[in-house]
Amino acid sequence: MNWISNAVPKIRNLLQRRDVKENLWIKCPESGQLVFHKDVEANQWVIPGSNYHMRMSATARLKSMFDGETWFDIAVPDVPVDPLKFRDERRYTDRLKDARTKTGLNDAVKLGFGRMEGLPVVIAVQDFDFMGGSLGMAAGEAVVKGLQTAVEKKSPFILFAASGGARMQEGVLSLMQLPRTTVGVQMLREAKKPYIVVLTNPTTGGVTASYAMLGDVQIAEPGALIGFAGPRVIEQTIREKLPVGFQRAEYLRDHGMVDLVVHRHEMRATISRLCRVLTKQPSEPTPDQLLLTGAV
Amino acid sequence: MRTYLDFEKPVAELEAKLEELRAIGAGGEPVSVGDEIGRLEIKAKETLAQLYANLTPWQKTQVARHPQRPHFSDYVAQLITDFTPLAGDRKFGEDEAIIGGFGRFRGSSICVIGHEKGSTTEARIKHNFGMAKPEGYRKAVRLMELADRFEVPVISLIDTAGAYPGIDAEARGQAEAIARSTDACLNLGVPNVATIIGEGGSGGAIAIATANTVIMLEHSIYSVISPEGAASILWRDTSKAQEAATNMKITARDLERFGVVDLVVAEPVGGAHRHADATIAAVGDAIANSFERLKSLSREEIRTRRQQKFLAIGRKL
Repeated sequence: MNWISNAVPKIRNLLQRRDVKENLWIKCPESGQLVFHKDVEANQWVIPGSNYHMRMSATARLKSMFDGETWFDIAVPDVPVDPLKFRDERRYTDRLKDARTKTGLNDAVKLGFGRMEGLPVVIAVQDFDFMGGSLGMAAGEAVVKGLQTAVEKKSPFILFAASGGARMQEGVLSLMQLPRTTVGVQMLREAKKPYIVVLTNPTTGGVTASYAMLGDVQIAEPGALIGFAGPRVIEQTIREKLPVGFQRAEYLRDHGMVDLVVHRHEMRATISRLCRVLTKQPSEPTPDQLLLTGAV
Repeated sequence: MRTYLDFEKPVAELEAKLEELRAIGAGGEPVSVGDEIGRLEIKAKETLAQLYANLTPWQKTQVARHPQRPHFSDYVAQLITDFTPLAGDRKFGEDEAIIGGFGRFRGSSICVIGHEKGSTTEARIKHNFGMAKPEGYRKAVRLMELADRFEVPVISLIDTAGAYPGIDAEARGQAEAIARSTDACLNLGVPNVATIIGEGGSGGAIAIATANTVIMLEHSIYSVISPEGAASILWRDTSKAQEAATNMKITARDLERFGVVDLVVAEPVGGAHRHADATIAAVGDAIANSFERLKSLSREEIRTRRQQKFLAIGRKL
């Protein structure tokens, strides 16, 4: 392949994109109904009617949680890039570049510090659009950094998980993020600050086998697929069809694995209430907390 | 009967010939075969040494999975006295994919936990091929907490393709069980030493391999996913497992270079499955040395150093 064969399809895409009005309609994956893009966006990416919870970008999620839709970005320390010099059908560095262009993120986890109903909190969001939200060194470092920041700021840590699992292109170094992030969780635990995990669709693999299952309170969004092994792997192992609803949020709640299944519209209020009770804050923000809305 | 791996074919042929000649010699035939036997023995030995000095990552994967490679129970039989296995997680059941218990290692009290793959068909089924379910990890947590309370150090031996992917395992919280087990390793105020003796398969391995010192046998492998799994997901072609084994960097030397493994124990020429006793003895020495270096540390230091060690992994390569 030379640069021309690389470039031509890209140029063609650019040209084609112009005459198709992109994303005007969204089809609900559950009911099949067509909904206006802007209506879904205005509804926090929940399909009106079917209540199907679509995936949400990291930025949209932070906006939905912080007062005044503003927060401070927390910088994540740099990590070595492509330690394995990995390539499968493509170079890992090329895949990374594409993911960065597509999402505008540096890696799969974005961190913010701000106020949520007046209460200072650190929020981490895993963006599934960045290589399936996979957990590599950068994402692991971000989770650790988020937990450490919460310890420093003496604030709760809220994590929205969405991931297909470990970043395989980083081999065993991605596996090492399981113990590394667990160390971070232990530090927050020692600081006696709440750790709230929200499992969103989908959260599987190594992420669930570490920080995403170690929350003080485990919340799941309705219908979210949550599990260690993916459904395809299980089906291949046992050679039979999986029961309806298997590994969905409601199934996990019924099996004692999550505390609450919470609708996205209730998320902010529910987490705020929990954090206030756990940290012995009054149920309403104090006047000075409200004055500082948006600022920390 | 020895099981030969495909790449061991030249050795298998030489050894078969030797066997034949020895049978002729023993039969008292009037031909002298002594010289030929001696010559072939040297050749077989050289061929084996050459093969094992240059194993590819895929060949190492095969060696790591060799059915005659010493397993958990062989290590316990040779290294641990007074061994008393303890069963069950006190929550749901007993999972024999992970065995654990207390005994003595070189005279001192010890807790031993590890995956058992089984060495016969019957045993493999009983131990679910070393693929644990939540109860296995919850038993490991129970034993680690017991060890911590009695201030008994922990040895863990890792040999699993991965945690079991099944409906029952998921229903009982496989992910949470693994996470809590890693958490328990990191909480120990007593030293723990983990050794990858065969396959270190992903989360199912790290759950009991998060240790102050991590040792790896020369021809064992340690990976985030099996080469077959990586081939299927990344290449969408299971026949690319050999390529995946190479690109995933799963050998002991690779992992030592990344700082994931602290110490690599050499295997005798021809691999652990040809020299079980010598391999187990070498692992025993390495474990004893590792504990020796940790023995003067306080509970807090042991815990903090373990945490800091894992936090540092990958920050500088």
